[in-house]
Amino acid sequence: MALPNKPLGELPAVDNPEIAEHECDILIVGGGMAACGTAFEVKKWAPNAKTILVDKASLERSGAVAQGLSAINTYLGENKPDDYVRMVRNDLMGIVREDLIYDLGRHVDDSVDLFEEWGLPIWKQKGDEGKTLKGGGKPVRSGRWQIMINGESYKCIVAEAAKMALGEQNIMERIFIVKLLLDANKPNTIAGAVGFSTRENKVHVFKCKTMMVACGGAVNVFRPRSTGEGMGRAWYPVWNAGSTYTMCAEVGAELTMMENRFVPARFKDGYGPVGAWFLLFKAKAMNALGENYMAKNKAMLEEYPPYGLAKVPATCLRNHLMLKEMLDGHGPIIIDTATALQELGKTMDAKQFKHLEAEAWEDFLDMSVGQAGLWAGTNTEPEKVPSEIMPTEPYLLGSHSGCCGIWVSGPNEDWVPADYKWGYNRMTTVNGLFTSGDGVGASGHKFSSGAHAEGRICAKMMARYIRDNAGFAPALKQSAKELADEIYKPVKTYNQFKGGSTMSDVNPNYIKPKHFMLRLIKASDEYGAGANANYMTSGPMLKRCMELLAWLREDSEKMAAGDLHELMRAWEQYHRLGTVEAHIRHMLFREETRYPGFFYRSDFPKVDEVNWKCFVNSKYDPDKKEWSVFKKEWKQIIPE
Amino acid sequence: MPSFVIPEKCDGCKGGEKTACMYICPNDLMVLNTAEMKAYNQEPDACWECFSCVKICPQGAIEVRSYSDIVPLGGSVVPMRASDSIMWTIKFRNGNLKRFKFPIRTTPEGSIKPFEGKPEPTAADLDNELLFTEMGKTMTTP
Repeated sequence: MALPNKPLGELPAVDNPEIAEHECDILIVGGGMAACGTAFEVKKWAPNAKTILVDKASLERSGAVAQGLSAINTYLGENKPDDYVRMVRNDLMGIVREDLIYDLGRHVDDSVDLFEEWGLPIWKQKGDEGKTLKGGGKPVRSGRWQIMINGESYKCIVAEAAKMALGEQNIMERIFIVKLLLDANKPNTIAGAVGFSTRENKVHVFKCKTMMVACGGAVNVFRPRSTGEGMGRAWYPVWNAGSTYTMCAEVGAELTMMENRFVPARFKDGYGPVGAWFLLFKAKAMNALGENYMAKNKAMLEEYPPYGLAKVPATCLRNHLMLKEMLDGHGPIIIDTATALQELGKTMDAKQFKHLEAEAWEDFLDMSVGQAGLWAGTNTEPEKVPSEIMPTEPYLLGSHSGCCGIWVSGPNEDWVPADYKWGYNRMTTVNGLFTSGDGVGASGHKFSSGAHAEGRICAKMMARYIRDNAGFAPALKQSAKELADEIYKPVKTYNQFKGGSTMSDVNPNYIKPKHFMLRLIKASDEYGAGANANYMTSGPMLKRCMELLAWLREDSEKMAAGDLHELMRAWEQYHRLGTVEAHIRHMLFREETRYPGFFYRSDFPKVDEVNWKCFVNSKYDPDKKEWSVFKKEWKQIIPE
Repeated sequence: MPSFVIPEKCDGCKGGEKTACMYICPNDLMVLNTAEMKAYNQEPDACWECFSCVKICPQGAIEVRSYSDIVPLGGSVVPMRASDSIMWTIKFRNGNLKRFKFPIRTTPEGSIKPFEGKPEPTAADLDNELLFTEMGKTMTTP
């Protein structure tokens, strides 16, 4: 056939790949902060277990911390875990798993101390330079819970410790795990996983006794504000495809709070962080009339007690006030970087001011270089001119100011309510299947350090699990060949039908991953409270969304991929679809507007503390192939 | 701003099967065209501009051109990464230049000994909720 039918990528896919089968005790799926925590901790608790870590990319820079970070947002220091719970609970409008948050707060500082020991430079207050945190050195805090770091190499450092601890021979890179496998004999028990290499035509089938899945959150699940190359400049990493949620849900792991999305308000288009600007540099946000809209719209906060009345109002409510200005036509919304720096500079000499300027730029260069590029291209010197901020398209993740994810057990201690624990901390409702980081729902605000600590918790729990289940011999339901055929179906589809058109992408017999994603994110944006709908939806809108997604799910049988890169994209889109379906399903079930500023239901526009101060959970039955959605009781553990 | 490869500087990582940029890209964007022995970014609208490829290229052959739909032309951000620090050169569209240098690591690359001087948990420790570096501590409860 003519040239346009050549697969786009350099590594063509073939119908019948090689198959490799692996057996291990502990499988770590993912390579980000959480998985690195698991890899670091596991050999101390299960020294004789065979453990394999599988990363779709390369451990050195994979995951959300690829570029680095300019702050660690969870370091308690002198603060108590009780207050940490109060902060997270208020920020997430009251509905959180307080046991998981408290537990994380007890452990997280230990990981941060390790990061410093391994080589991460942490800013110290004047006079404490050279002192470690562990040695009493006082960190520079931007807010009560956040500390500033020189974090360009944060991931490299954490990955190195993980590699040294686990052993590089136990780490497999460039293999994308796409489906989890239940045991053939023992019901509701994890037994393995299957994936494929993005470097050669090879399917990898893993059999294991226990597994930790942490592959980040979900990005490009709503049409972003940018539409061209800018689609790559997502706020969270563009390679997070909802794999954690979809893979675990498909084998029956109960999900929680999938309706809770995060809409960050960030520097427009470049998506640079605002934390240091607001907290450290004390910048103010205002509308185009020069009004401080947080002050002007204070009465709106009073409509949401207690969440709007806290010293730091809930994140969604800060968006809610900004949105009022935007919808009234009072944009662009500005963050006044210039006044902030000039104010700070008043008591500084030239050298000190240069240092302040460097700190402002480092904030971006350590973690969102694209924003620095935007400043460079628009001649923006922050001490001279302000910048625009804007709420972005929605994201789904469990580690940040959003808390969607998987329903997991809390620690096995007396103070944890009986409904919240089933023996192994951070285990899902599937025996032997654990998650951490973005995967754990109802407990946001853990960030990078918390994800690492949570990964470490899973390592210990998995060691305990295999000790307690020493006689378990996992058996897979399908043969390796059956699994390989399933994984490579998009390739077979492409090869079968590519002859139907001279233009590879335009063929009525199949759909390419890129087009699948664009259809998905148009539907979610228009009907599922996307940015272009000003985050507004309703029962009828959500039901229409489900209809469109149902057609998309049928069409997913006709996904086509000509090369290995495209095959990776194909499976990412399957994962995205499952995650968006869960999100819409949950939004439809929750009949209130719990998170104004993140999304609104026109048919239930208020917070309903009487009927809806509870979790919304859902569960897929892999045998019956049915979903159920239900309320789960929220229990308070920490008093006000 | 997606990354791009400068042909005169790229040597395809000296004829290996896999280039450094292919090794590192978290989104599998960088590929080697074996006919030309040059690397390129195969999906620029999926580029997060994480600069991992830019930083790792042994020839300094990769740069970033800011996202075409967002950023006017003429600016650039160029890193030079050493083992303990990184230098950034910012060129504005109007020609102004800024340079910043930040620390990135306080220990030598490859020097981490994760278990040195750390506690050795026993089998009995498996039943409490402590991480191995927390042995001997008492976990607080509400």
